[in-house]
Amino acid sequence: MSDVKKIATRDSYGDELIALGKEHEDIVVLDADLAEATRSGKFAGVFPERFIDCGIAEANMMGVAAGLAAAGKVPFASSFAMFAAGRAYEQVRNSIGYPHLNVKIGASHAGISVGEDGATHQCNEDIALMRSIPGMTVINPSDYIEGRAAVRAAYEYNGPVYLRFGRLAVPVINDRPDYKFEMGKGVVLREGKDVAIIATGLPVNNCLEAAEMLAADGIDAKVVNIHTIKPLDEELVAAAAKETGKVVTVEEHSVIGGLGSAVCDTLCEKAPTRVLKIGINDVFGESGPALELIEKYGLDAKSIYEKVKKFVNGV
Amino acid sequence: MDKLKLMKITNEVRKDIVTAVHSAKAGHPGGSLSAAELLTFLYFEEMNIDPKDPGKADRDRFVLSKGHIAPALYSVLAERGYFPKKELLTLRHTGSRLQGHPDMKQVPGVDMSSGSLGQGISAAVGMAIAAKLSGASYRVYTMVGDGEIQEGQVWEASMLAAHRRLDNLVVIVDNNNLQIDGEVDKVNSPYPIDKKFEAFNFHVINIDGNDFDQIEPALKEARAVKGQPTAIIAKTLKGKGVSFMENAAEWHGKAPNDEEYKIAMADLEKAGEALCQM
Repeated sequence: MSDVKKIATRDSYGDELIALGKEHEDIVVLDADLAEATRSGKFAGVFPERFIDCGIAEANMMGVAAGLAAAGKVPFASSFAMFAAGRAYEQVRNSIGYPHLNVKIGASHAGISVGEDGATHQCNEDIALMRSIPGMTVINPSDYIEGRAAVRAAYEYNGPVYLRFGRLAVPVINDRPDYKFEMGKGVVLREGKDVAIIATGLPVNNCLEAAEMLAADGIDAKVVNIHTIKPLDEELVAAAAKETGKVVTVEEHSVIGGLGSAVCDTLCEKAPTRVLKIGINDVFGESGPALELIEKYGLDAKSIYEKVKKFVNGV
Repeated sequence: MDKLKLMKITNEVRKDIVTAVHSAKAGHPGGSLSAAELLTFLYFEEMNIDPKDPGKADRDRFVLSKGHIAPALYSVLAERGYFPKKELLTLRHTGSRLQGHPDMKQVPGVDMSSGSLGQGISAAVGMAIAAKLSGASYRVYTMVGDGEIQEGQVWEASMLAAHRRLDNLVVIVDNNNLQIDGEVDKVNSPYPIDKKFEAFNFHVINIDGNDFDQIEPALKEARAVKGQPTAIIAKTLKGKGVSFMENAAEWHGKAPNDEEYKIAMADLEKAGEALCQM
C-alpha cells in the first residue's frame, strides 16, 4: 500500500476554500488562532482581506460568524472539533442553529488521530453534539476528494453545516472519474451479503481493507460510506440491514451519539437488526502517535476484521 | 421629532410592555422599562430603517443582546408599525411569533435571534465586519445589560470590535444596576464599566439613559468617532415609570397580577396626562 497517496482531510478544507474564494465574493473565513493547523491559513494567504482571525475566542467567533451570515456573507468558522463543537456548543446552538443561519463550521483535528496532544484535544463527542441541534447538517468525509466535495456542497447549501476533518494524512480512496458527492446520500463502496459495514470518516479505508481480509475467510462484507451523518441516508441504511441481516458501524468517535447511534435510531424503527458499534468505547483518549492510537483503540483494519468476524460468526 | 413627542411615545411603549407582560403572565418588565427611552430613540430617530421593508439591505441593524427585554423591543417595533399593536397580547403564548426571547425568523424588524446572554454582541460585531467588508455604510447597534457583561463572551467580542476598529458599531450598556440575584455590584461587580470599555479601546460616553437630552448627543457623538467602536454607558432606572417596580430587583422577571397591572397602568396614564399638559 506504500504507493497509495495519503493526505489529510483538513487539507481538503483549505484547498477547496481557496477554489470557492476565487469564485464567490461572499465567502469569509474565520479562525481562532489555529489557521495553520485547520488549514484555513491557506485561504488567508490568498484572500487576507476576507480572513478574520478572532484570536483564541471560539465562542465569540461563532457569534461573529452568525452576524456575518445574518448580513449576507457565507462564513466558514474554523477551529479544532473540540472547541468548535465543544467549547462553543451553546453559541452554535443558539446563535447559529436556532436562527438557522448560513454558517459553515470547519472542525479539524477530530477524533483520537489528533495523536500526541492527547485527550484534551481529541474530540470524540462532536458528532453527538452537533447532530442533536435541529436543522444542523453534519458531514464527516473519508478522504481528500470527498472532503473537497463536501466543502463545496456546504457552500452551495443554504443553512448551517458542521464539517468534520482529521489531522492525520489518510489514503485517497475516492479518486475515480465517476465520483459524485451528494449531501445526505451514502455510498456503497463494496457489495456483500453476509454483513454490512457502515462507516464514516477516517476508518472507511480501514473497513475496505478489513472487508478484503474477511473475504479471504469466506465472509462477504458490504461496505457503506456515510459521509453525511445528518441527514442520514435512512433508505440505504435500512436496505443494507435487510440485505445482510447484520450491521457493523465504524467511526472515529464515541459509540455514544455518533454514526452508530444514528444508524441504530433508524434501524430500530425501519429494519430491526443486530448492530455492532465499533468506535471509542466511552473513554477519553491519550497521547501517542496517531497510527498507534488507532490500533490501540481498535479502529485499524485488523481490529475491525477481527471484531466483524466474531460478530458474524456469533461469537 | 421633538422631545415631548418622544416622551409620549415612550410612555405608550411602557404601557405596551406592562400590558404584554401581564397578558403573558411571565416576562421581564424591569429591564424592559429601563431601556424604553433608548429603544424608542433608536427606532424613531437614530436608525435608518423602514417598517414597510424590514429586510432592506442598507438598513441600520439592532441586536438586542439582552434578549430577555423582548417586550420592550416588540413594543417599540409595534409602535413603529412593524406589526399590529394588538399582537403584543400574544407575547409568550403558545403558537405566537412573539417568543419569550426575540426570534429573527418570525418577527419583522428583529435583526438577530438572541436571549442567551453574551451572544448578541458577537453577532453585532459580525454584522459590523460584514458592512466593512462590503463597503456598506449601515451602522450596527447592540444593547447589553450591566449584568450581562459578567459573561466573558462580551469581552471577547469587545476585544475584536476594537481590534478591527469597528467605528460603525455602538454598544449600549443598560446600566440599571440590578440583576436577578440583586444589585450587580453585590453579585459580581462589573464596575467601573466605562474604564473597562476604555481599556478595550472603545470610545466611551457616560449618560443618563432615561433622558433624551443626553441620548441624542451621545449617539450623534458616536457617529463622528472614527477608527474605534463606541460604548454608551447608560445609567437607567430599572422598572421606570411603574411606582412599585422602580429599582426593585424582584421585578426583573415576573409579571404583574391583575391588581398590580391596574396600578401600573394608572401610574402610566397619569404620566401620559402630565405629558399632555406640557
